[in-house]
Amino acid sequence: MWFINIAGLVLIGLIVWWFWLYRPDQSLQRAKSGLKITISEGVYTPARFSIPKEIAFELQFERFDETPCAETVVFPALDISENVPVGKTITIELPPLKPGAYDFHCQMQMYKGQVVVG
Amino acid sequence: MSHHQAIELQLTGMGCRSCIAKIESALKAVEGVETAVVNFDDKSVRVEGVSPVMPLIEAVESAGYGAQEEMPSAKTLQTDSDSITITDAQCKAKQTSQTLLIDGAGCASCVGKIEKALQLVSGVNSAQMNFAERSVVVNGSATADQLVLAVEQAGYGARVSQSESIEDELNEREQAEQHFYKVRMRHTLIGLGTGVPLMIYGLFFGDMSINSVASQIGWGIVGLITLAVLSYSGRQFFVGAWKSFLNHSANMDTLIALGTGTAWLYSMFVVIAPSVMPEMARHVYFEATAMIIGLINLGLALEVRARGRTSDAIKRLIGLQPKTARVVRGSEEIDVPINQVLVGDRVRVRPGEKIPVDGMVIEGRTSVDESMLTGEPMPVDKGVDTEVSAGTLNKTGSILFKATQVGSHTALAQIINLVKQAQNSKPPIGRLADQISAYFVPSIMIISVVSALTWLNFGPSPALAFALISATTVLIIACPCALGLATPMSVMVGMGKAAEAGVLIRNGEALQTAASLTAMVLDKTGTITEGRPLVTDIYCSSGYSDDELLAICASLESNSEHPLASAFIESAKAKGLSLRPVAEFNAIAGKGIEGRVENAQVLFGNAQLMDAKSIDLSQVKARSDAFASEAKTPMFIAIDNELAGIIAVSDPVKSDSVEAIKRLQRQGLRVVMLTGDNLATAQAIAKKVGIKEVYAEVMPDQKAEKVAALQAEGEIVGMTGDGINDAPALALADVGFAIGTGTDVAIESADITLMRGSLHGLADAIEVSQATLKNIKQNLLGAFVYNVAGVPIAAGILYPFFGVLLSPIIAGGAMAFSSVTVVSNANRLRFFKTSQR
Repeated sequence: MWFINIAGLVLIGLIVWWFWLYRPDQSLQRAKSGLKITISEGVYTPARFSIPKEIAFELQFERFDETPCAETVVFPALDISENVPVGKTITIELPPLKPGAYDFHCQMQMYKGQVVVG
Repeated sequence: MSHHQAIELQLTGMGCRSCIAKIESALKAVEGVETAVVNFDDKSVRVEGVSPVMPLIEAVESAGYGAQEEMPSAKTLQTDSDSITITDAQCKAKQTSQTLLIDGAGCASCVGKIEKALQLVSGVNSAQMNFAERSVVVNGSATADQLVLAVEQAGYGARVSQSESIEDELNEREQAEQHFYKVRMRHTLIGLGTGVPLMIYGLFFGDMSINSVASQIGWGIVGLITLAVLSYSGRQFFVGAWKSFLNHSANMDTLIALGTGTAWLYSMFVVIAPSVMPEMARHVYFEATAMIIGLINLGLALEVRARGRTSDAIKRLIGLQPKTARVVRGSEEIDVPINQVLVGDRVRVRPGEKIPVDGMVIEGRTSVDESMLTGEPMPVDKGVDTEVSAGTLNKTGSILFKATQVGSHTALAQIINLVKQAQNSKPPIGRLADQISAYFVPSIMIISVVSALTWLNFGPSPALAFALISATTVLIIACPCALGLATPMSVMVGMGKAAEAGVLIRNGEALQTAASLTAMVLDKTGTITEGRPLVTDIYCSSGYSDDELLAICASLESNSEHPLASAFIESAKAKGLSLRPVAEFNAIAGKGIEGRVENAQVLFGNAQLMDAKSIDLSQVKARSDAFASEAKTPMFIAIDNELAGIIAVSDPVKSDSVEAIKRLQRQGLRVVMLTGDNLATAQAIAKKVGIKEVYAEVMPDQKAEKVAALQAEGEIVGMTGDGINDAPALALADVGFAIGTGTDVAIESADITLMRGSLHGLADAIEVSQATLKNIKQNLLGAFVYNVAGVPIAAGILYPFFGVLLSPIIAGGAMAFSSVTVVSNANRLRFFKTSQR
């Protein structure tokens, strides 16, 4: 019995670590302007990347997922919200940004991503 | 007749190795071609066969490249070498066909000039112009900017044709939604088709335990069938869950995948090794997995349906634009697709037709119904030199107008854009839900584990079965989507509703603040009043005649930008008085104007101006007071430092201002009037419209201070003005309302733009905001309570007291329908009506 309890606690620990505490490695992909992000199968690819600070940056989003949730790309901190039609690519211009991490996600937050500026 | 030969063609536009295959296969498809071999290094192709040259060149061109027989010039070689470094994917992407619209091409010979100019651009393979439509189709890899520049250098104007109108985009979206709906329904049928029979069997016929080899085999087969259902109809959840997991994030897919996955694995384990399990726990749950997949798919299908209705408002706005326009070019009138109308084109509109683009009338008279755009119910007269707007309905007359704004620059397009942006923005209340979402799913996973452990440690037997059911049900019943959808759906419908009433709300924050305003500051001129002042009385206190005074003042005012200036000028014109030359003109802000008219020093302004110049008004005080009490503004004239008379001006109050202000007061707002006009006049007008608090004689730069003063008293202040003169005050207010007269309002600047000139728009805006906010709160509360109540019940909290345990199937149904409920509740907002009707 105690074995199962320990296993259960370990599982909880893993959940906490994997989803919340995990700090990704420092070698974050450095993106070039015009980076294309695909929206498909529940994730943005790439979901996490870095861009230089204080330069306007262009991102392209191409959507393959028909689920209605996937249609909006929202950058809440920047007040950006754009619709991406299925099978099409749209361009989002990021203004020059101060260093920091800026989340972007779909309306229901099923799709999640992050832009690290610095 | 051609004979067998080897033809060598020089190719242009080839950038990568995948182009080789494209070109070769294009050539081989030509009749008579035996072989076609591309030499990538010197960009040539050797074609052997009996085909003549022309079909070969055409084939290469329709594949998106260029081909010619002559030796390449040095230029061609140079540009091609630039393109070697691009990757395959980029090369494929670069071969495009673009359509440009050309300005200024007045004759057929321009066609040759333009086509040649374009063909010289590197990367261009072909350029073909359609003169009648003033459009040119360009194939190749040049960018739009390069093409436009080339045309401009040739002496014409060009812009890229929007090959897709907003309407096309909408149709595509609808088709995608339809397709999605069909696919989801198919999966629903598969899931339910498998699950329902199993469920019925379990309810009426057998029990679903493993107690013999026969049942092992039987249920084993069922297990495999369910596996097929999970892989086919549940694929997107499992793939989504896995990919998100790799990204260290979890969402609804994760919950569904874990829930159904655990149930299936447990059941399969029981089938394969039943003796390992305690006897009571040898139950299988395959029917649950199939039912859950079926129900979730059903929920998604219904959700997409309901979502479609939330964008009704935008669809209506987009539908306002007709598809074609009748353009007069030269002596012919042709019907062109609406996205090919150019600025400067002359457009004819007949009675009953919709106006296609924004423009200025040059011929004819008519009346136009602008209600679909501004909410203004009365038709507006349009004659020469008045503006018309895209999307409005021409009623009785026929007009010819010159296009001033087309495509995405029309007022209609700007409104659509604004509403779209607004619909996607999130009011502050919604951000809370977002923050919860981030922690939600992993928390549910933890609760699921805790619940299982609790059952295993403390529960009755078969503890394992209870543990599994509770763990699965917790995972399935939790719905992060309802929480995530709660705000966006209501905002979409609410913004659309507002747009229908001619109220354009800029973003979610404006919506939320507008719902909680406590005070409203109204500018007087142009907001409460029409903004069309008229001269009502002229009183002379010295020897001048009425007409002379008027002529002098009008002459002076013709240099002024004062809002009342036009009143004097118009009045003078109406009397046939000629204006005199003015020298040394000077405007004194907030007080008046001065200058020399025919060698006399003239002062024209309010009482403060006269005080400042030490001109005694006591003689005419009774008169000016009388004017003021009649709600007229007295303006004093002094000539050569002597008081000469008073001209009284009145700006009529808007006919519905009284009613609208009553509505605002009924909503509990503290209504305040702000004006630069003198106190007595202001008070008289305030009395007329029912306002008790007046700030008069406020200098333009003091208006913002008044707003700040109210805010310091703790009020949440809305300010209404015309957007141009009151900009600082509008910006400072918690919500700035810009009120317009028709569609020429400065749409960009204000938090909320009222397309109608009526103050009723204010009350409407506040009502819609309040209704939307209420709806959002209902949704959030519903989603929150559902999860907070549902999850513990699923975990088994009621079991010790009532013996109630939730079945995974019911949980699946609840999860599926929770998002549909949120969207449907948001749709209820569509039936909201403002209290004015």
